[in-house]
Amino acid sequence: MKLGKVIGNVVCTQKVDSLQDIKLLLVQPLNEKFEEIGNPVVACDTVQAGINDIVFYEGGREAALGLKNWFNPSDLTIMGIVDQVNIGE
Amino acid sequence: MILGKVIGNVVSTIKLPVYQGYKILIVQPLNDKEEPKGESVLALDTVQAGVGDTVLVIDEGNSSRLIMNDSTAPVRTMIVGIVDAIK
Repeated sequence: MKLGKVIGNVVCTQKVDSLQDIKLLLVQPLNEKFEEIGNPVVACDTVQAGINDIVFYEGGREAALGLKNWFNPSDLTIMGIVDQVNIGE
Repeated sequence: MILGKVIGNVVSTIKLPVYQGYKILIVQPLNDKEEPKGESVLALDTVQAGVGDTVLVIDEGNSSRLIMNDSTAPVRTMIVGIVDAIK
């Protein structure tokens, strides 16, 4: 799992049937210090995250399993909203 | 499996139900000399590890699902051991 910040949403009408009713969000990957790493990615939402929320997301096969209908072509799925990150002792 | 060091934890209230009851820790992957290597990852804790512990991490879905005893759990990265020594 990785940390990320929701920076926008993606509206997409024409998409595969198994991704209908799934919200797509634009997520900026972050490191543990909340510094941006890499380019923004698009992830499926399962937890009703909103813009500026810090979230954690999973990629690969597990991204598909995170959605209700798990036979889908999702590549990244948001698994939870982060309340707080504690670093160090 | 990879070696890593626990550098922090993540508090999350709203998450998928399958994650309920598990601690989420931030793990910095290490090389064989125990030096940091690459970007940190978030991992589910199954062994009550804490900040500063060197741990054994699996980053593979099927193994995680076996540990959770749930064949559809969307979980990949898990802490499965606390390292005492590397010789």
